Amino acid sequence: MIPFSYTRADAPEAAVHAGAAHGAKFLGGGTNLVDLMKYGVESPTALVDVNHIGLDKVTASAGGVNIGASVRNSDLANHPDIVANYPLLSFALLSGASPQLRNLATTGGNLLQRTRCYYFTDTAFPACNKRKPGSGCGALVGFNRIHAILGQTDQGPTSPHTCIATNPSDMCVALYALNATVEVQGPKGKRSIPVREFHRLPGEDPTRDTVLGPDELITAVTLPANTAAFAKNSWYLKARDRQSYAFALVSVAAGLELQGDTIKSAGLALGGVAHKPWHSPEAEHALVGKPATEATFKQAAEIALRGAKGYKDNAFKVELAKNCIVRGLTQATKGARA
Amino acid sequence: MSPCSELLDVEMDESAVEQDAQLQLTRRQFLAASGVVTAGVAAGFAPAADAQDSGPHAAQTIPLTLSINKQQRTLTVDTRTSLLDLLRENLDLTGSKKGCDHGQCGACTVLLDGRRANSCLTLAVAAQGYEITTIEGLGDENNLHPVQAAFLEHDGYQCGYCTPGQICSATALIEEAKRGDLSQVSFETGQTTRPQLTDEEIRERMSGNICRCGAYPNIVAAVRAVAMGGNA
Repeated sequence: MIPFSYTRADAPEAAVHAGAAHGAKFLGGGTNLVDLMKYGVESPTALVDVNHIGLDKVTASAGGVNIGASVRNSDLANHPDIVANYPLLSFALLSGASPQLRNLATTGGNLLQRTRCYYFTDTAFPACNKRKPGSGCGALVGFNRIHAILGQTDQGPTSPHTCIATNPSDMCVALYALNATVEVQGPKGKRSIPVREFHRLPGEDPTRDTVLGPDELITAVTLPANTAAFAKNSWYLKARDRQSYAFALVSVAAGLELQGDTIKSAGLALGGVAHKPWHSPEAEHALVGKPATEATFKQAAEIALRGAKGYKDNAFKVELAKNCIVRGLTQATKGARA
Repeated sequence: MSPCSELLDVEMDESAVEQDAQLQLTRRQFLAASGVVTAGVAAGFAPAADAQDSGPHAAQTIPLTLSINKQQRTLTVDTRTSLLDLLRENLDLTGSKKGCDHGQCGACTVLLDGRRANSCLTLAVAAQGYEITTIEGLGDENNLHPVQAAFLEHDGYQCGYCTPGQICSATALIEEAKRGDLSQVSFETGQTTRPQLTDEEIRERMSGNICRCGAYPNIVAAVRAVAMGGNA
């Protein structure tokens, strides 16, 4: 780990100012950043601690809920307003990491979680376009069990654009289904970014996970009032190699607003399948106005996985994702609460 | 989890050597005297000489005051120092263990303001302002914490390396359950209003602490006993 300076900011403005320094990074819980610094994947020369800048509250309003960027994952998951109105988010948060990691990890930090692709996190591997631009993609011809089946850039292992990494977050999958918005603040002011547009597909630049500028700070996440309508009928389904404390092979965040047996509105997103949580507007559209039946769910699953392409070790994910969508939506009709 | 396993292999071998030697020394003194301990220190620590270098890559040191087990400790450390390394290397509080050093095994678990946290991923400088409790602050030989007593009673360990982390974690778990905190299992079972600490809940809530010896059934029994006794 290379040496770095440490500054504890006391307000968002001060943090943004300090964060504009060359080589600076914001420090939240540190559960991902410090880990990657130990591996030599991240090497900031200045850390700006943003845990004490007054962004640690969850506040309800008529327009929905505002979640401060430094609210810890465990506090968010157990917040009464979230459990009551957005249980899908609680369920997803509690499906990720371990209790001690969730006590450290922040809302803003979770949005910026980096891929767990082995070829990215292990600097002994020579090829990773995300870590070392232009070096190629080791995963494409390597062990690619945890990798992408949708939205990836696949132009061969030596292309500078190829990247089949996946976003590892559980929280973000729920935020996509709930149509959240990310509030950010930078030297040029504040802006709001729909979460579904916050993360990027690799395209021709796998180094960039999100559209966030290097000097921009996440200040909050807001949840709209209308997706609280999923409260009674939502489910987070996470398929993984261990029952607990493992990243998703495939996960599904499903929220339904039911009127009798008819789906009035729906939120559906997938984790573990792409460079960002996967949201298919067409699949959601295929649910609305239809009866909440297996046939409807199967149709949505086919649409969501349209164009999916698997590799040597992860081809199973295509079928797994379809089955998870059907099961997740079926569980949602029963509800996440007794 | 392979880094964890490799480190634990070394630890177990060293313990065996220590027992054979039958020295009236602590394990750390023995290791230091025999020169075995090098890798662990080098991994987390910049040598003191670094701190005097200058230039763009010079180590940056920072004075800080931490409250650890209700004692104020003031020292100057490299900003890169993890809370775990500070406890073990600077303050000789070696109860907290280094397993994987990457937040995967839970052996380093301590309490920050009563909440369990991985001290290996917590920078010491970032821990300022929190009340830090380590296994040494929970109880001692003459006055065991109820969770410590339960681990003894139920034989919740074999080699003991993960035990301080398990006990810190379990101590926080009991408090979380008292508050009515939820887990993934609470949602799966539909018990989202003050869920009971069933064995399934205990296993899920202890999943951040890995035990390579596989003492899990006895760990669950120990936690169950404290939760049912309600005196932790």
